[in-house]
This record gives sequence, structure tokens and C-alpha cells, in this order.
Amino acid sequence: MAEYKLMKGNEVIAEAAIRCGCDAYFGYPITPQSEILETLTLRQPWLETGMVVLQAESEVAAINMVYGGAACGKKVMTSSSSPGISLKQEGITYLAGAELPCLVVNVVRGGPGLGTIQPAQSDYFQAVKGGGHGDYKLIVLAPASVQEMNDFVDLGFELSFKYRNPAMILSDGVIGQMMEKVKLSPVKPRWTDEEVIKLNGSWATTGKTADRPRNVATSLELDSARQEQFNHKLQAKYKEIQEKEVRFEKIACDDAEYLFVAYGSSSRICQKAIDLAREKGIKVGLLRPITLFPYPTKAIQEMAEKVKGILTVEMSAGQMVEDVRLAVNGKVKVEHFGRFGGMIPSPNEVVKALEDLIIKG
Amino acid sequence: MSDIKDIIKEENLVYKKTKVLTDNVMHYCPGCSHGVVHKLIAEVIEEMGIQEKTIGISPVGCSVLAYNYLDIDWQEAAHGRAPALATAVNRLYPEKYVFTYQGDGDLASIGTAEIIHACNRGENIVVFFINNAIYGMTGGQMAPTTLPGMPTSTSPYGRDVKTTGQPLVITELIAQLPGTNYVTRQAVHTPAAVRKCKKAIRKAFENIGQKKGTSFIEVVATCNSGWKLNPVKSNEWMVENMFPVYKPGDLKDE
Ligand SMILES: Cc1ncc(C[n+]2csc(CCOP(=O)(O)OP(=O)(O)O)c2C)c(N)n1
Ligand code: SF4
Ligand SMILES: [Mg+2]
Repeated sequence: MAEYKLMKGNEVIAEAAIRCGCDAYFGYPITPQSEILETLTLRQPWLETGMVVLQAESEVAAINMVYGGAACGKKVMTSSSSPGISLKQEGITYLAGAELPCLVVNVVRGGPGLGTIQPAQSDYFQAVKGGGHGDYKLIVLAPASVQEMNDFVDLGFELSFKYRNPAMILSDGVIGQMMEKVKLSPVKPRWTDEEVIKLNGSWATTGKTADRPRNVATSLELDSARQEQFNHKLQAKYKEIQEKEVRFEKIACDDAEYLFVAYGSSSRICQKAIDLAREKGIKVGLLRPITLFPYPTKAIQEMAEKVKGILTVEMSAGQMVEDVRLAVNGKVKVEHFGRFGGMIPSPNEVVKALEDLIIKG
Repeated sequence: MSDIKDIIKEENLVYKKTKVLTDNVMHYCPGCSHGVVHKLIAEVIEEMGIQEKTIGISPVGCSVLAYNYLDIDWQEAAHGRAPALATAVNRLYPEKYVFTYQGDGDLASIGTAEIIHACNRGENIVVFFINNAIYGMTGGQMAPTTLPGMPTSTSPYGRDVKTTGQPLVITELIAQLPGTNYVTRQAVHTPAAVRKCKKAIRKAFENIGQKKGTSFIEVVATCNSGWKLNPVKSNEWMVENMFPVYKPGDLKDE
């Protein structure tokens, strides 16, 4: 029977990790996501499933522990918030370069610098455009509810192993801190060492046996021609992800004359704004990207054929709006509305922005 | 006169290359200590029969390509982070023999935090610390371990300790940490030193089997290219100048 609970977004990340057979979590405290490590240390999953939980000396160490665990072919994860995720960028690009699967959770807070501990969505560029050096991409999932915080842990691992690529859950302080009813995932046992060899033995450092060449987890290739070839291979992988893994949700789009594009907590605010706008007779819908890479470019292009204007709503100074503009390519007007630095827009503000920037503007 | 071919027979064999060393041609400069230490590690792995259970973590430095030479599974770490990787491998595969292999720039400069904390947690691993007092790979820049007055490409007039500090003798610091079980300083400049170093390596790997915590082996090493000395002069220079600061011998053996 399904198990329902009232939980915080951050707590559910910890619970979902244990339930989906995660092998190890490495983290370092930072607001607003410390509950993830706190929940794990309170739950003591090492007694239950053997899952390793370790508080690292820094985010740099934590992400490199993730590299070590991922290269073993195991399901490993870390979480942090914006300043900590900046420190993890070195490890993330090495993970992408060594084609290692793992899950990184960013419960975003306002920046730049130490910024604020309040929620924001100002790490979109960092998450989807690189963050670290080199031509690489993360698979980026953007939960808009506590339920999706739960569901995306398993999905993130599934996609990251399918493509041997790091996956990120790009959440924010609102989703991390709010409580909602959540249907917990069924319990999956951790892979046994034999299963790890069967599933990932072609690349994971499980110990070199006589029947196979040694496995090396590395992102180094000093020969330029081979390095270019490897980059082509990565690009082909990203193209396949773009073709197969786009996820989005459309709300009230059938008769929409205007469109909001928003992800995560901004999309929740837009849902309320849709009701308010429709009471005034403004037919507006919402396209909510669920995957930020791969981005629902085609779905936005299709909507641009139908609507008169598009407003992106983000808790940033305008980051995702660039991808919407690229998709729309001048077809209709695209404007950005955002509050940032830890401020959250109200549904009324969003409706007013739609009227001022798109309808009248 | 007998033909050399008559002598090359199985029964006359007194020494052969361990199978754990691959046939790849090493990229190290002639006279460099890295190659000797690789060979000793490979021999110990073969003698202990732990090839299938050993996972090496290579650093960023001249030994970044160590994975081309030892026929075991390897992870290549970002600069200085090898102990963090080793921590995870040790936690996830507690029955494996995990070691890091790091230079002095890697371990004693950019990776200071990672090594101190891994040793303090007493990770059940072996750490090889190849201290040649210089950044070999990048062309001979100053390291935290560079000797006072020693010229390098970023201390062309000699290391000025007034502005850059004294050599960081990190092994003495590591020995203070309760997580470490065996801390020793070795060298590989003479046959006797090589034999001693191999013994230390064997002991360190045996400690893993006995779950004793961290074993830390510093090898005071030569970088003849960085030092701009020939291999023989490098060994002499090392004994004369490095040994007084980095004294060979066991610092801790519990
Ligand atoms: C983050 C980062 N910073 C700098 C470098 C450049 N770099 C490569 S090797 C090295 C120094 C290596 O010196 P050491 O650890 O002493 O090893 P050795 O080559 O002497 O054996 C540096 C600074 C790098 N690869 N990555
Ligand atoms: S540069 Fe120095 S450390 Fe590097 S291979 Fe040459 S002698 Fe060895
Ligand atoms: Mg060095």
C-alpha cells in the first residue's frame, strides 16, 4: 500500500534517497538545505540499508567523494545550496568529463556571493549552461512540489546511469522548506556488489579481474585529436538526451492567448496568477519546463505559434528568458518578470506584469 | 664461448618485471623517483596477491598517468582531491586496498584540506606522498616544500622564506593525527633505500588488511629536470639538502 506523509521538501530528498537504494551521500551544511544531511544522520540508513552518509570537510571534498563513489559504479549523491554548488563546480566538470553518473541537489538561495539564505532561481545559468569549465551539460530536473522532490531523486539516478552523466535537481528554498503531502516511493534495495559489476562493470573501478582490461575513471586525454573525438561523443550524447528526455507540463494552454513560462516555485505562483487573470477575462496558460536541460524548446516554439505574447517568470534578473527567446526566435513578444535577492513575486504582481509588459506593452 | 641465448633460460632467471607493471613506456625523465616507486608498489601488489582488490587514485602532477603503468583499476582525481575520492572508495568497498599517489604540490598545497581530514578520519587507505620539493609537471615552479633559497621558475632568486614561508613539513603534522597508524619517510636513491622503501610499502598495504587506519609513506624524491641536475647529482643534492629538512625514518608505527 502506498505510504503518504506530510514532509518538508528537503526531508523528502533524504527519504527518497534511502528508498531508491542510494549507496552514499556526501554533504556539507548550508542553509536552506541542511535538513537533508540532518534527516539522513537522524535516520541512520547505514543500519537499515548500509547506505554511507558522511559529512565532508567542505563542498569541494564532498563532490570529490561523489566522484570516488560514482567511479565505483555506485549510486551516490550530494546536496548543497548556491555558494556550496559554486565550490562543487570543479568536481562536477570532472564527473561530466569522466562520464560518471551521480545526483547533485541544489536548493537555490539568492546571490551573488554569500547573498541571502532566502529562496531564488538565480543559478539557472550555472546549472544548464555549464558552471564549470569545458563543453559539458548536466541533466537538470526542476521540481515544483515536494512530491517532485521525492520523484526526481529516483528519476535523476535513472537518467544519470542511463547516460553516464551527472544529473542535478535544481530546486529552491521555497520547495526545500515547504511542507506538502507526499506519496513516498516504494523501497528498492541497494545494488549488491555483484549487480554493480553486472550493470556497470564495463567502466566502474570494481577491482581489475583477469577477464577484463583495467577500468580507469579519468577526464584526461592529452592527444588533441582524441580529445576532440571524445568531445564529439559527449555532444552526441547530449543530442540524444535532448531528443529523448524532454519533460514539461502545460496548464490551461488549450485556449490560451498569452503564455507564462516558469519552472519550480515560480510555476506554482503562475498557476495562481492564471486563476486571477482568467477572472479578469485574460486567457493565459502556463508552460512549465520540468527538464531544464534538455529544454522544451519545441513545445515553446509550438506555443509561440498560438499565443500573442509570452512572459517568463523567474526569481532571478532574467536567465531562462534567454532560452525562451531563442526558442521563440522573434515570433512573438517575450518579456521577463522577476523578483530576486530572496524576494518572491505575488500572483497579483505576475498578472500586473503580464498586463503591463505583454498585453499593453 | 657460450652464446648469450644459452644463458637466457627460466632456471637462470633471478629477477623479472612484475605482471602488475604494464609494458607501456614510462614518460618519466630518466632518474626520476616516480618510476622506482611505481615498480615497488606493483611488486608489493603482486606479492600480496591483491591485484583484483586494489584501486589506485592518481593525482594531478607528473604521476597523473600512473594508471598507464600499474595494471589495476584506477581513478584519476582533480588536483589535490585524491584523498576525498579514496574516502568514498574505502567507505563503499571496505574490503578493497585503496591507495592515493600524490606529489607535494598536490598533497601539501592545493590538497592540504583533503589529506588532513582523510588522515584525521583514519580512512583505511595508503597514501604515497612523493616529495620532490617542486612542481615537476608544470615545469619546476616553487612548492610549499621547496627548500629555503632553492631556485625554481617562480622563485628564480631562490625561495625567500620571509615572503613565502618555510618548507611545509606536512608529514610531521600528519603523524600528529590519531587517524594515522603508520607514518614513515623513505627514499629510493640507493639499493638499500629501495629495499627499505619496499618493506614500508608492504607494511602499509598489510595495515589495510588489518584495518589499522591511514598509512602514510612520504618518499623524498628527485626531480632532476626541475632541479636542473643530472640523476647522480640529483641524488647527491637530495641527501645533502633534502634529508636535513625531511629526515628519513619512521615517524609513527602503532
Ligand atoms: C586546479 C589545477 N590547478 C593547477 C593545475 C596545474 N598543475 C598541474 S600539475 C601541478 C603541480 C604538480 O606538482 P606535484 O604535485 O609536486 O607533482 P610532481 O609533478 O612534482 O610529481 C600543477 C600546479 C591543475 N592541473 N589543476
Ligand atoms: S619533471 Fe621531475 S617529477 Fe616529472 S618526470 Fe621529470 S624528473 Fe620526474
Ligand atoms: Mg612535486
